[in-house]
Amino acid sequence: MKKQPKPRVAFFDFTDCEGCQLQFANMGQTLLELTELVDIVNFREIMSEAGQDYDVAIVEGAITTDNDVVRIKKIREKAKVLVTLGACATIAGVNGIKNRRPLEAAKKTVYGEKGALVNTIKAMAVHEVVTVDYAINGCPVYVPEVVAVLKCLLMGKPYVVPNYAVCVECKMNENVCRYEKDQECMGPVTRAGCNSWCINNGNRCYGCRGLVDKPASDAAKDILQKYGLKVEDILNSFTLYNDSMGEKYDQEFK
Amino acid sequence: MTKSSNKIDPQNLNIDVHYLTRVEGHGNIVVDVKEGKLAKCEFQVIESPRFFESMLVGRSIWEAQHLTSRICGICACGHTLASIKAAEDALGVKPSDEVVMLRKLLLYTEMLDSHILHIYILVAPDLLGVKSVMPLVKTHRPVIDMALRMKRMSDYAGEVLAGRHIHPISYVIGGLTQAPSREGLEKLYSMMLESRKDGEETVKIIKTLKFPEFQRPTQYMSLTSDDEYAMYDGDLMVNGEKSRVRDYRKLFIESVVDYSKAKISKINGKSYAVGALSRFNNNFDKLHKKAKATAKELGLKAPCHNPYLNTAAQLVEWVHCLEESITILEKILKEGVKEDKVVVSSWPKRSELGKIKYKPNTGAACVEVPRGSLFHEYTIDDSAHITAANCVIPTNQNMGNLEDDMRKLVPELLGKKTQEEITLDLEMLARSYDPCISCATHLLDVSFV
Repeated sequence: MKKQPKPRVAFFDFTDCEGCQLQFANMGQTLLELTELVDIVNFREIMSEAGQDYDVAIVEGAITTDNDVVRIKKIREKAKVLVTLGACATIAGVNGIKNRRPLEAAKKTVYGEKGALVNTIKAMAVHEVVTVDYAINGCPVYVPEVVAVLKCLLMGKPYVVPNYAVCVECKMNENVCRYEKDQECMGPVTRAGCNSWCINNGNRCYGCRGLVDKPASDAAKDILQKYGLKVEDILNSFTLYNDSMGEKYDQEFK
Repeated sequence: MTKSSNKIDPQNLNIDVHYLTRVEGHGNIVVDVKEGKLAKCEFQVIESPRFFESMLVGRSIWEAQHLTSRICGICACGHTLASIKAAEDALGVKPSDEVVMLRKLLLYTEMLDSHILHIYILVAPDLLGVKSVMPLVKTHRPVIDMALRMKRMSDYAGEVLAGRHIHPISYVIGGLTQAPSREGLEKLYSMMLESRKDGEETVKIIKTLKFPEFQRPTQYMSLTSDDEYAMYDGDLMVNGEKSRVRDYRKLFIESVVDYSKAKISKINGKSYAVGALSRFNNNFDKLHKKAKATAKELGLKAPCHNPYLNTAAQLVEWVHCLEESITILEKILKEGVKEDKVVVSSWPKRSELGKIKYKPNTGAACVEVPRGSLFHEYTIDDSAHITAANCVIPTNQNMGNLEDDMRKLVPELLGKKTQEEITLDLEMLARSYDPCISCATHLLDVSFV
């Protein structure tokens, strides 16, 4: 039987901190094992070669300029499979916060009179511009999930993104509910898959994986009511990562 | 585009490196020499603007750490610490000595991580004449395994101390949301002891590599302290003169240039350098004795005016940070983690938020991160929401210095090297600064006159 050629993988980054690519680089031995299964042909952060022929494009970062739109469309044309890596690519991430202020004001605050020359558009997740085949959530991505998605990809199977709340994982980890500790938490409405990473470490959920498809808004409101809060009280928590899902949030919670 | 890339032409040169590789973020190098005259010499930062300043306004001061650590994946811990310190300065919060010790440990381990990434993954391929670390996996496997082992140690430090290294979880205003486990600290300690050997081996390797020769004295800025090799705290030092961190706006002036999305900083109207080499030049005396010995072995003497040797200074700092981390860990393991002095909640109580009135105030802080002095400054209102923010990033501060280096270097190489060779030298020069472009384009609060 003829040996299958290894899939060629290319990494691309848009507007973000490049931390999710680094999570890849930090996989260490797992990354070396991965290179036995795929050929990495383009990874600007660590390589000078820039292969333009690839099967799989792993895309990091939000789309925030006209040029980004053109570039991501070209990448989509070439790639057989497109994977979004991390919150910025998957739900626009913290970049979405700028959408809440008029762009002209944001440009002026940052660049002053030269602001008019700055090319920037509404921050968008990659799927708002092109079709996405696999999405890896999180800020940053959770390495065990990255490995799970890559396994599916290499076997040609779909990856089923968890569609239940972080609370499910958090309960299994036996954490005390943040609301019981007089804190607020995005866990009840946020998509699981991170193994309640932040709460396990004593912090709370900030919602970096985006809202679950059906965020059980009535139950979430009940939780807030039980602890004497309204959605408006924790509005900023909803908009830290979820601005590109703003409409969804408006429908569910307003 | 390039007419005579393999011929030596003393009169003309046209270099356009689009998307410099093996750096964090997107940058271009553009050099144009016409008839022997340097017409253009720019390091263009073309990363998309990120608007963090705009994003911070209106947000709670307790969100600042979470948000600003997202400026950069490599120095997320540095941003975290600068952010927490600035917020504490604004709120009037003073952390315990135990917390400060754990913060220093996190900062040192981020230095260990970032410096080793830069030395092995980003710079070594140039010195060995290959395009990336990938071919080295085949040709230099034991060295790559060692580099990965060293990285694994510092990554593990992030996991044990802060939950993770990229966007740390447990380091917040006032303390930590969770104390590191004794088991984890013990494992980290033994990994660090193991790393000493790898460090010695790395020094032997780096010693054999040849860095380009180039000299240009400049102004070196860093934190400085009478007590230690300043990284977490101290006064600012430049040209032998000290000033207070909160007066940083008086010390250097930032301006916007047309071709770049990053600002350029100047002191006394001239460019200046920050980073490992600046710290080494300003604070050599305070280095751990093993780090001093490493400097001697590498032939590195303070003051050193060759920017390519920033990479060697990083290795000296790697040795220093490892020894300091081991000392801190020994102390913590001996005394035990004092949870009551360390653990705090990440936010004030929800039921009290909105009821407490805070004093409107501005707080500023500086931390030495792998690439140099990082400043965060926040102004808060009486509900502790941010009304103005400013972050000054090491890469921005180095930008003017890098361009001045290029302006001196290009004429020195003209007529002696081919365009291809000059391009590589310029790429290596830019890379030696270890630029972090995502950081540089966070672009906060520009003051225009």
